[in-house]
Amino acid sequence: MSVKQHIIIKGVKDGLIFLLDDQCDFEDIILELKHKLEKTHQQLLSGPLIHITVKLGQRVLTDEQSKLLTEIVRAKGNLMIQGIESDAPAAHKLRAHAQLKVMSGIVRSGQEVEYDGDLLLLGDVHPGGVIRCAGDIYVMGALRGSAHAGMDGRKEAIIVASVLKPTGLKIADIMGQPQTQNEEEGDGLMEYGYIENEQLCIQKLTLLHRENRIPVIMRGV
Amino acid sequence: MGEAIVVTSGKGGVGKTTTSANIGTALALLGKKVALVDTDIGLRNLDVIMGLENRIIYDLVDVAEKRCRLEQALIKDKRFDELYMLPAAQTKDKDAVKPDQMLNIITELKQNHDFVIIDCPAGIEQGFRNAIAGAERAIIVTTQETAAVRDADRVIGLLEQNKIPSKLIVNRVRPAMMKRGEVLEINDICHVLAIDLLGIVPEDEKVIAGANAGEPVAMNPVFKSGIAYRNIARRMLGDMVPLMTLDEKAGTLTKIRKFFGMG
Repeated sequence: MSVKQHIIIKGVKDGLIFLLDDQCDFEDIILELKHKLEKTHQQLLSGPLIHITVKLGQRVLTDEQSKLLTEIVRAKGNLMIQGIESDAPAAHKLRAHAQLKVMSGIVRSGQEVEYDGDLLLLGDVHPGGVIRCAGDIYVMGALRGSAHAGMDGRKEAIIVASVLKPTGLKIADIMGQPQTQNEEEGDGLMEYGYIENEQLCIQKLTLLHRENRIPVIMRGV
Repeated sequence: MGEAIVVTSGKGGVGKTTTSANIGTALALLGKKVALVDTDIGLRNLDVIMGLENRIIYDLVDVAEKRCRLEQALIKDKRFDELYMLPAAQTKDKDAVKPDQMLNIITELKQNHDFVIIDCPAGIEQGFRNAIAGAERAIIVTTQETAAVRDADRVIGLLEQNKIPSKLIVNRVRPAMMKRGEVLEINDICHVLAIDLLGIVPEDEKVIAGANAGEPVAMNPVFKSGIAYRNIARRMLGDMVPLMTLDEKAGTLTKIRKFFGMG
């Protein structure tokens, strides 16, 4: 088989380490894991209790995903997952992009919206209104209040708005200047805020793909 | 069964009490039975603007604490048979009344009146909570100042949380400043606040003069501001009344100048 291995199993003093590829689809990992446990690595399954440490690399799992992973491994009698480790910062608190919440409405002065994931707001944020998210913030409307993305420390988080005129931006623990690059109102270009070299920058949204922050795989004929 | 409408703004000094008095008067002019309620306990003003200050015997707190019946505290207006006012207490503060007491009073007033207009104190604290307790609709008063619009936004948010829909009155409109771009445009204010516009009232010295004389300007259709309040009252009754144009009429001299190409 010329297929690239997504899972590397290593033996260490106190058990086994499963090194998972952090670039491929999670589904591929699950398939390969099942294949390995049931077909190619059956010798692991006989014998004494083995502690497993799963290393995710830069990948971040949702609660559901880690539950699924644990269940598959646990189904085989003598294997026990000791821990799932991720190299991504503060991984335990992070959520994958899968958890996107869509809400509509106006966040008015004095109102706060907080969410433990990515948030898509269909509406405006008025001056004095606040949005806080563990993940990314997308505003289809005018962001004129303040927004704090990656509030649990995720520096890759971004803040996107159709009209980005905030009174304050914050990503992880870095505060940003409220000035956006396009001072002229109405040029119609969406912008986003992100962190580069420990500084909060604003950029046209059309340039987001260059950063490759949210990898998109285009499938087509 | 009438309708209870709270007049509020967040920021002080934008003209809540004046608006309450004039809308109440304009509705009474249209033959409606109206009760005005002053909830600004400790800083009562509505009685002064209505010219009824020397008729006060009992007040809102007396009614809330059941020292008197509601009818005893209601003051009948000098000009109309079906316009009444419930004054606030002057010697207590906002905590003297609780929201459920207010709700009872407003509910009772609604039985016998077509409109119950509640004049809300500035701020968003206890006084505000009292004032909105019995209301089912709100009129937001703002001026063309950014600070007033910001506070209005805050209040609209709080009202939305209490499921009270609101409409907007832009008060003290200054056409000349608007033309020079020194104050917010009315359209922009409506756009920012995202609520319906109920009316605009031009800046007018006669409003202040009327308030001092205890004679709401809505009584007098000679003044633009008086007509503005009457228009608002008509819109509240469902009439379609176009917004008034505020461009000052060009004086004779200006016209002559224009004629000679000097304007």
